[in-house]
Amino acid sequence: MGRTILDKLWAEHTVAELGDATSLLYIDRIFLHERTGSVALKGLEAAGRRVRHPEQVFCTMDHIVDTTAGRTDDTRMPGGRDFITSTRASARAAGITLFDLGDDRQGIVHVVSPEQGIALPGVTLVCPDSHTCTLGGLGALAWGIGSTEGEHALATKTLAVRKPKSMRIRFEGALPPRVYAKDLILHLISRFGASGGAGYAIEFAGSAVRALPVEARLTLCNMAVEFGAWTGIVAPDELTFDYVRGRPFAPGPDQWEQAVAHWRTLPSDPDAVFDWELEVDCSQLAPQITWGTSPQQGTGIDARVPDPATETDANRRQSAERALQYMGLRPGIPLAGLPISAAFIGSCTNSRLSDLREAAGVLRGRHVASGVRAICVPGSSLVKKAAEAEGLDQVFRDAGFEWRESGCSMCFYAGGESFGLEERVVTSTNRNFENRQGPRTRSHLASPATVAASAIAGALADVRELPPRV
Amino acid sequence: MEKFTTLTAIAAPLLRINIDTDAIIPSREMKRVSKEGLSEGLFAGWRYQAPGSREENPDFILNREPYRRARILLSGINFGCGSSREHAVWALHEWGVRAVIAPSFGAIFQGNCVRNGIVPVVLDNLTVESLARQVERDPEGNQVTVDLVQCLVIAPDATGHGFQLPTADREMLLEGLDSIAVTLKLDDEILAFRDRDRTRRPWIYLPSSP
Repeated sequence: MGRTILDKLWAEHTVAELGDATSLLYIDRIFLHERTGSVALKGLEAAGRRVRHPEQVFCTMDHIVDTTAGRTDDTRMPGGRDFITSTRASARAAGITLFDLGDDRQGIVHVVSPEQGIALPGVTLVCPDSHTCTLGGLGALAWGIGSTEGEHALATKTLAVRKPKSMRIRFEGALPPRVYAKDLILHLISRFGASGGAGYAIEFAGSAVRALPVEARLTLCNMAVEFGAWTGIVAPDELTFDYVRGRPFAPGPDQWEQAVAHWRTLPSDPDAVFDWELEVDCSQLAPQITWGTSPQQGTGIDARVPDPATETDANRRQSAERALQYMGLRPGIPLAGLPISAAFIGSCTNSRLSDLREAAGVLRGRHVASGVRAICVPGSSLVKKAAEAEGLDQVFRDAGFEWRESGCSMCFYAGGESFGLEERVVTSTNRNFENRQGPRTRSHLASPATVAASAIAGALADVRELPPRV
Repeated sequence: MEKFTTLTAIAAPLLRINIDTDAIIPSREMKRVSKEGLSEGLFAGWRYQAPGSREENPDFILNREPYRRARILLSGINFGCGSSREHAVWALHEWGVRAVIAPSFGAIFQGNCVRNGIVPVVLDNLTVESLARQVERDPEGNQVTVDLVQCLVIAPDATGHGFQLPTADREMLLEGLDSIAVTLKLDDEILAFRDRDRTRRPWIYLPSSP
């Protein structure tokens, strides 16, 4: 019987079988950041243990650092300095590679990791961060863990993991104009629920996925966790190899052919059997927008706010009622046209160069509506530089956007910057939870292009119907 | 780690679906590089009157007697979804929770529970709702038992509900094991794997690898 990519990666990383479908897996790469990595490193030190093979461990500053110009170790988040200095000290003591403030390689962990060639096809990669599944977009087996598991991985280079079930989701058909990977994953979650993928490793496949550039595949896999999945993965192909080649930590010329030959063996065999298969037709998909406080509460931008009364499941109905109350919405009103007070482009989901290009394409020759606070936070310092080299920063600034230093920024509120009470925000991030972007802030998730179009309109807007450029 | 064998305690029904770790402990409540001092921030967005305040919201279940002394939570599907922050589990544990009974859990949260002495018990929705109804009639008298030795939840009406837990997770909880120490017993195998793998996938081993 044929094997899935999960089967293959599982087998080639198995150090020992522990029974009950559990394996001790070898971990090729470990990434840390200052919020959860700091506590893992400190815990390890306290237990008198050391980081095994620090050359395969990396750390960045993204969650706590400010993203305003001229930033220092002091942060708007109370107590933030402690996270930064503690991480720096622990990383130095452990001898791991740190992408610190002021280093061009600094940025959001899941943007930096592919950018630097640390995440590669076929590697196992873990990070105490739930969006580690992003790296599945390169064909890596990558998943989020807790800090205690992080300590385990650092001390042993392994993790004991129970093998998840396998699911293949085929996205078929050509994506309509202005519909992106973000819309695919939001649509999937709204259709099958925020725990639709629970217990599964999901292979994203199908013609629409094969056609996605690598950065879009990273976006697709990024929100596998919002689907409840253990992780998501896209089989590596020529696009992946072209993306990886020449990156600082990728295999060099002397190892390249051997690595690629190995990577070509990884895709699922034609006769591989999955525990579950789904197919989604993308050809008629509209740009997506969430209306509630769970990623599953979403729909097309051309739809209306659903009526909870039509929900047959009592739990989902109560959840929808509660969400509408929090979001200040009534059933039946059109989503397009809802006035917003802020727009945010950034996060590990949508802050790469291709995301900024798409948003800039919408913004060029247009301006953010008056009264709307619009912010763009590039995903890494290198993304920022590359964007500036092609003049995108000027497009954002001319349109009325703030142009920031890289980091996680206002994807979540940590006591520093936030959007205000009951302010409505359209955001390219991944979580619309209650209070996520600020106390009582109302977040609507969307693609960067939809965020840009909405910023211009001053209201949730359909990016397929833009006003003329001036 | 503290061992868990069996517990009979007050259970608090918090029957919402998709309760995320941001709700369990908001980012703004994670103020120090520490696993301690987090219980004050537990469910802060729901537990207190206003953002940043410490004035209790009397409507929130964990602010009411006798639920203030609950050691078991009952919840809806996908409890602990979202952010990987282990702080959610540390906050629950410090506040006093030792078991959460729900139809499903966020995967990372579930893993974090078993590494910190909290039992994540999966029971179907109808059973969880039935437990909640019994508890609500007399929270003090109608206590719930989580028996990890037998993998059984005993409802106030004395009905037993079997549950499953991966073998390794159950052992870790029952014995209070240090998972790193357990794995390091296999160190010879880890080293042997590394030697084999180095020949097979040399590009994985970065230049300074000893």
